[in-house]
Amino acid sequence: MNPAAAAPLRPGGTIAAENSPRDVVSYRFRNLLAMEPLTAEQILFLLDQSKPMQEIQRHPLKKLATLRGKSVALAFFEPSTRTRISFATAASRLGADSMNLQAESSSLKKGESLLDTVHTLDAMKPDCIVMRHSSSGTADFVARHLEIPVINAGDGTHEHPTQALLDALTIRDRLGNIEGLNVTILGDIQHSRVARSNIHLLGKFGCSFKLCGPAMWLPRELEQIGPPGCSIRRATCMEEALVDADVIIVLRVQQERMNEPALPTGEYVMLYQLTEERLKMARPGALVLHPGPMIRGLEIDPAVADGPQSCVLEQVTNGVAVRMALLYLMMGTPPEEPNGGGPAAENKFYRPNVT
Amino acid sequence: MLWIKNGRLIDPASGTDSALEVLLNSERILAVGHFAEISHEVANRGGECEVLDAAGWIVAPGFIDLHCHLREPGGESSETIETGTRAAARGGFTAVCPMPNTRPVNDNASVTRSILERKASVRVWPIGACSKESKGESLAEIAAMKKAGIVAVSDDGRPVATAKLMRQVMDYCRSLDLPVIDHCEDASLAAGAVMREGQTSVRLGLRGMPSAAESLCVIRDGLLAKLTGARLHIAHLSTKDSLEFVRGSRMHGCQVTCEVTPHHFTLIDEDVVYDSNFKMNPPLASREDRDALLEGLADGTVDAIATDHAPHEPASKAVEFDKAPFGITGFETALALALEQLVHTGRIKLMRMVELFTTGPARVLGMARSIAPGQPADLTIFSTDHAWTFNAAESPSKSRNTPFDGREFKGAPMATIVAGRVVYRR
Amino acid sequence: MRVVEKSQLMSATEVDRTLQRLAHEIVEKSGGTKNLALIGVRRRGVPLSQRIAQAMREIDGVEVPVGTLDITLYRDDLSKVAAHPVLQSSDIAFSVDDKDLILVDDVLYTGRTIRAAMNALFDLGRPRSVRLCVLIDRGHREMPIEASFVGRMVQTSNTEIIEVRLREVDQEERVVLVERVE
Repeated sequence: MNPAAAAPLRPGGTIAAENSPRDVVSYRFRNLLAMEPLTAEQILFLLDQSKPMQEIQRHPLKKLATLRGKSVALAFFEPSTRTRISFATAASRLGADSMNLQAESSSLKKGESLLDTVHTLDAMKPDCIVMRHSSSGTADFVARHLEIPVINAGDGTHEHPTQALLDALTIRDRLGNIEGLNVTILGDIQHSRVARSNIHLLGKFGCSFKLCGPAMWLPRELEQIGPPGCSIRRATCMEEALVDADVIIVLRVQQERMNEPALPTGEYVMLYQLTEERLKMARPGALVLHPGPMIRGLEIDPAVADGPQSCVLEQVTNGVAVRMALLYLMMGTPPEEPNGGGPAAENKFYRPNVT
Repeated sequence: MLWIKNGRLIDPASGTDSALEVLLNSERILAVGHFAEISHEVANRGGECEVLDAAGWIVAPGFIDLHCHLREPGGESSETIETGTRAAARGGFTAVCPMPNTRPVNDNASVTRSILERKASVRVWPIGACSKESKGESLAEIAAMKKAGIVAVSDDGRPVATAKLMRQVMDYCRSLDLPVIDHCEDASLAAGAVMREGQTSVRLGLRGMPSAAESLCVIRDGLLAKLTGARLHIAHLSTKDSLEFVRGSRMHGCQVTCEVTPHHFTLIDEDVVYDSNFKMNPPLASREDRDALLEGLADGTVDAIATDHAPHEPASKAVEFDKAPFGITGFETALALALEQLVHTGRIKLMRMVELFTTGPARVLGMARSIAPGQPADLTIFSTDHAWTFNAAESPSKSRNTPFDGREFKGAPMATIVAGRVVYRR
Repeated sequence: MRVVEKSQLMSATEVDRTLQRLAHEIVEKSGGTKNLALIGVRRRGVPLSQRIAQAMREIDGVEVPVGTLDITLYRDDLSKVAAHPVLQSSDIAFSVDDKDLILVDDVLYTGRTIRAAMNALFDLGRPRSVRLCVLIDRGHREMPIEASFVGRMVQTSNTEIIEVRLREVDQEERVVLVERVE
């Protein structure tokens, strides 16, 4: 008698909560495509489930047999070293194997369609696909055509949900909570999936946002993408943006996704580099996060990157923990659907919440 | 001979809206009148005739679709003239104007002729290219194409590339008495965009084009039309700014006409999801734009409803949003959407809707369209309340790319008559 | 499927007395408590281990560290469950190296839980010895596992279930034998 089986299926989210025998509410996740559709409770659940995984990383022996015999397909259509290795490590720590698809050597270059490539991977029977792609909406698109769970490791400029989770975990560990914080995001926000996912996640906990960067990278519509009531303000001036900040997320300057005109490097450094001086304008002890890889001397002063307020290394460690938790939660036997189908049969699309 | 009985005749050209019957043969309409008069005519002409009972239905002049893509020659995997016109007939259209962006482009008389030679269920009035291969560099063989049978020119798929070329095309076409149809788009603003720029595009992380991408080009063309005195027709107009400019330019005596597609008066950018059936060009516009279009449809600024039926074989659309080709099909849902969005809501009268499908497009092409003795024997007979569900899989079109699959409608074409023959019957 | 209570095996007082007795036994048979540590297996092994440690403190004056162990990730049946059980953290504040560990759990049945617990312990380090203390041993072992310290042995059939209810978790305290009924 599973009330969750009757609940509607939404890609990007979950089947509703069910009570495990321990009377703790747990959530099942069909896919993890985006932060936007998740509730605060679901997010807290994911963060809590990441804690035992953080612990395992402190053991002398870091390998478990929990997901032994399971395999994760890492379908990275956009080059990435850190995220891919992070997921591969997460899989390996839990005893699962990973299958690797890398863009450079991929059949996509030979003209194979995305769907064909994914179906080919699927035919090798992985238990889960982790996907990164340079086009927005591709994780959703693929999830609609596959039965197995899909984790979005970054789709175009849309979302990077695991990044937001590991950022939240890092913030919570350092500051004790993620509620009501002032979060400043610096950089090319228009093209940043990290920014969007962070806004969607932290916005659900009453955080307010200041977005700072060159005007061409700060469209007005960004102020409306958070949940209702979420305060998001744009600022083209660092001083204004950093005042009262509890958390500063520094984005990298993305060569591969920028529109022309690119801002000359010297201009960017002069106006928007997070220097020690500028960091002082934020609250004392404000956290500095960066999704990596950093370009020292461009968006961030090396002294800040290596300073006591920088959380970049914890972010990486927490990244493995969060991804371990996700793989653990998503690689169970696929649930029995009352109508017998997976996302393809449901034909439901990811629909953004429009205020 | 064919006798259409018991229908409600709506003929915008004469302003008629009453219970009248029609007699026609394969060439023309023979008579319009009450039962007694028609019986008399039938008797006079030998007494043999088929009867179509149009009880409960509207009898209108044959609908004209000013804008569609039939893909043949070159794109037969997505559609052929045969399959496309069968779908058009199912949509109540008696004449369709296929755009020249075929392979090869319809930029010379022999391609035009080959199109006209194809088997088709409805009348095919091709639109020829403005420039050779629609590349926007030099003039196409417009006069020869006119002789072969084109009814207008366009480089659709793209805008006419430069103001200079547009001016030349307009001058030339004015002398040939051909309307110039433009797909208005500023290439630099639209480059790489896959939807309308706005709240939704920022949320979805998809590159958008601002509405100025269309309106800038509408303004360019309008001013050139004023300069040259040519007849300009704006294809698939989709923004408030474009509409206001058209309204304004008419006041200055320009001959500018425009069309709106059913999807542009039905859907908006907020409806877009990661499904390529919501990807078309011009993209779905803002709520404000759509509301302006609805007003323009009501107040006469908009001359015609055109489908921009753009079939793409399923495999080519089953890709990520960024990569998918632009376009959706449209023949079979056009009338139903017009009834749903415009008539059933009370925004416009039925007579006005019929105008948008008949005399409006006809006027753009410089011809007449009415139900009167001597006129071509093309009629569209439709119901305003027949309940049905659109099932894309049943379409005679080779393509399935529509956001309206499974949509329930009230009102549908019931019979389509071309040259006196019933080419579609529900 | 319902469960029907067949009999009460232990009352609250009996549970308490048994835990006291077990605490004594452990201290007696451990040849010195210097390296002793208790590890409670979640869920109900945790309060049991804490109460045994408390008893050791009161009666024998001995201070023994207590840790908790979550064995979810070490279970051998995860591939068979539809939704993975909620994880809780283990919490062992001391190093297990060279310790004489006493695993504490409520019921010893097939032995699989203890097998998983040992895997978990050995991932943390290298204990000197591991022994097992359970409140109830109900037989039907599927692994070569034995408890050194047993509260009570109870013969059961496979359709029966032993429910240990503890005040810290269940708001009541007793051990009951229940049966699955179709």
